[in-house]
Amino acid sequence: MEGFLPAIWCAVWFVLSIPAIAFGIYKLNKLVKEKREILPLLAVAGAFIFVLSSLKMPSVTGSCSHPTGTGIAAIMFGPAITAVLSIIVLIYQALFLAHGGLTTLGANVFSMGIVGPVVSYLIYKAGMKAKLNFYFVVFLAATLGDWTTYIVTSTELALAFPAGGVLTFGAFLSSFGKFVAIFAITQVPLAIIEGAVSALLFKYVVEVKSDILIEMKVIGEPLVRKLRGLSA
Amino acid sequence: MSRKLEFIVLAILLIFTAQFFYISSTTHAEYSGADDKPAGVIEQITGGTYKPIAEPIWEPPSGEIESLLFGLQAAFGAGIIGYFLGYYRAKKNYENELGCKTKSKPEKQSL
Repeated sequence: MEGFLPAIWCAVWFVLSIPAIAFGIYKLNKLVKEKREILPLLAVAGAFIFVLSSLKMPSVTGSCSHPTGTGIAAIMFGPAITAVLSIIVLIYQALFLAHGGLTTLGANVFSMGIVGPVVSYLIYKAGMKAKLNFYFVVFLAATLGDWTTYIVTSTELALAFPAGGVLTFGAFLSSFGKFVAIFAITQVPLAIIEGAVSALLFKYVVEVKSDILIEMKVIGEPLVRKLRGLSA
Repeated sequence: MSRKLEFIVLAILLIFTAQFFYISSTTHAEYSGADDKPAGVIEQITGGTYKPIAEPIWEPPSGEIESLLFGLQAAFGAGIIGYFLGYYRAKKNYENELGCKTKSKPEKQSL
């Protein structure tokens, strides 16, 4: 929300986010230069973030929240490029929807564009290594990435507004409990839906354009054969 | 073509919808945005002393306009996803039918 972090914390999150964004832009340029054919897939991953982050859905707690949609981009292109895609959506929502905000942009990029995607990416890599079912791994990665985003948001708020005004560990925990109570449960069903829809989109990408995924080493060729065999 | 994943996703969506009907008919839930709730908690923690350091540059004048802009965002994204998935699917079908690649790209190994 615009203005809802003290200036010092706005600065902290900007300072932490800017290097990631810069690295993301560098990686993006390099990737597009080397492999122009990934552009459509990049557009799809970005568009998915656009769609999912626009959907405010009613949750079990009686309040509405929205998914993040960053899981697909994180799995395909890595967290740095996902941070760049996220900032586009966050700026759109800050300018035209009074949603998010420019002063809090750094904090929002940090939670939605960096930590969430890093978690998705790591879970994807770990899940693939453990040879779990591919679509289940995509589901887990997207679901937990979404959920983590909101846990980080709660952390950011609790750091800025510790109980009693002085930042001690106890004060932080007390505030964190209050903020996380808003998001943690509300976000669970939405995160599950995000995971499910992400797995579905991934299935279609594997069906129609697996060669790029293999080239980018997102998935191996034997697995594509197996997935196609199952779904063909 | 196996549709197992589609059925699982459909089941999840149905459970979600059922949850919504159940909660909305048994409680007086307002379904306001969770994003706006931290403001209340901040007020409570700081005893109302915190004043936002900035205001949004522009706010949608009404809920309808806001819905319009969110709708546009979703439509734009969905359009792009549909366009490219459709493009690739058709391309692949024609390639299979004609038995050749339609685009000259470094041939490594076809699947």
